[in-house]
Amino acid sequence: MRLIRTKAALATAALALTMAACGDAGDDGEAADTPEVEVEENAADEFDEGTRMRELAEAGSINIGVKFDQPGIGFKGATDDIPQGFDPEIGKILAADLGIAPDDITWTETISDNREPFLESGEVDLVIASYSITDERRAVVGQAGPYYETGQQLLVHADNDEIEGVEDIKGMEVCSVTGSTSLDNVKAEGAKPRGFDTYSECVDQVLDGTVDAMTTDGAILLGYAAENPDELKVVGDPFSTERYGVGYSPDAPEMCEWINEQLTEAFEDGSWEEAFEATLGLSDVETPETPELDPCQG
Amino acid sequence: MEAVFSDFDEYLKAFGLTLLLFVVSGAASLVLGLFLAALRVGPVSIMRRAAALYVIMFRNTPLLMIFVFMMFAMPRLGVTFLFVEEVRIGDWNPSAFFTRASLALTLYTSAFVCEAFRSGINAVPLGQAEAARSIGLTFGQSMRLVVLPQAGRAVIPPLTSVQVALLKNTSVAAAFGMAEAAYYMRTSLNNHADQRPEIFLMIAIGYVVLVELVTLSSYALERRWKVA
Repeated sequence: MRLIRTKAALATAALALTMAACGDAGDDGEAADTPEVEVEENAADEFDEGTRMRELAEAGSINIGVKFDQPGIGFKGATDDIPQGFDPEIGKILAADLGIAPDDITWTETISDNREPFLESGEVDLVIASYSITDERRAVVGQAGPYYETGQQLLVHADNDEIEGVEDIKGMEVCSVTGSTSLDNVKAEGAKPRGFDTYSECVDQVLDGTVDAMTTDGAILLGYAAENPDELKVVGDPFSTERYGVGYSPDAPEMCEWINEQLTEAFEDGSWEEAFEATLGLSDVETPETPELDPCQG
Repeated sequence: MEAVFSDFDEYLKAFGLTLLLFVVSGAASLVLGLFLAALRVGPVSIMRRAAALYVIMFRNTPLLMIFVFMMFAMPRLGVTFLFVEEVRIGDWNPSAFFTRASLALTLYTSAFVCEAFRSGINAVPLGQAEAARSIGLTFGQSMRLVVLPQAGRAVIPPLTSVQVALLKNTSVAAAFGMAEAAYYMRTSLNNHADQRPEIFLMIAIGYVVLVELVTLSSYALERRWKVA
């Protein structure tokens, strides 16, 4: 009896060891540990009465809208508890200054269509969702930043030699997300736009050969190419400039200065760079120069 | 407003594609639906069951699912419809995406068209069909010459509803590669975040006008086919 029990114990221990080994091996390839953020204590006292920052700091929780379907930028797999990516990392940095720990952040999925309505209705406090700064958007909501600059590129099947850049897409079928500016841009270049609901559906179309190319911001494409290097490649130079900003409610203009301050701090103390390397940097992109922030209006 | 009027061309083109999707899949669904209805009321039991199975399959699944099947599952099975891109009609040629979208809409709508026709056929008293057969007409002849002309009148209102639903259902194709009206709406909403209510209004007007055209022509048909 005792012998059996010892054997069982040994077997369990051995199993535990092998499983631990598996776990370690798995971690290397996947999104590595995300950088820690330093959560501010007694943050509420630092802000003036009546500001949105003070309200949030006192409530001790914040609701941030991010993308759930862009690897490297903002991605939440079916089994993940929280989204991973550069945008959520920026969110954690901002929340930490309000004394809100990463665990107390509520992540809400925002898609391209609902970012302004979510900010206007107060459904989310901040939008950090590959949210390009434009004048039209600034007319209805606040956008601080940019915290990242990227450009639109093309993703094609690895054995496609016809498309080497934006000049080759005339008459080709190019997919992206329905309603996105990227699709509008390739349409202007003479391509046939093919809109889908999500980026992953669009990648499937490229893999199946039913469209010629996919287009969106280079950072997102690199994320997909890195997942499937044998079948996909990113081609051509960027042919647009997208400046990702942090969206905030139009009723809380005081947030702009605060966001810019926090971004400047993150640029300087290296936490921005760390966040980049732990997310987008994994797909072999060099960490870019920190972008220049727009001054806050009025 | 100016968001729409500044590229009114695109607005018209988008609704043009909506209309094209509607016309192609509307016509195809009428043909397929009529054929299915004939099978369902026909004398051959296996055909009756096959048609009933079709209706169960396609009326009981969401349109979105049929689209997903057409767009994501069929290419994996090797069915891409890329051959249709060789076909040229004037300077227009159908794309594989257009074909797949029309096919999804047709398969779905046919089930409803079939049931609308069946209700019309059932509205014709059985004695009519019996009388037709008793004077020696075949099943096909009695359908064509006696039952369907009478069923046709009864069937216009429900068929109109089915076709109106189809016209609006074309908007599902916006998320499957078709740059039609709903696609145009989503693009403009994204580009002109400051003019959302106006854009919604313009798109709504577009659909209301198209649906109204369908409804008015159905009223006209009803009046013409009315038996005094």
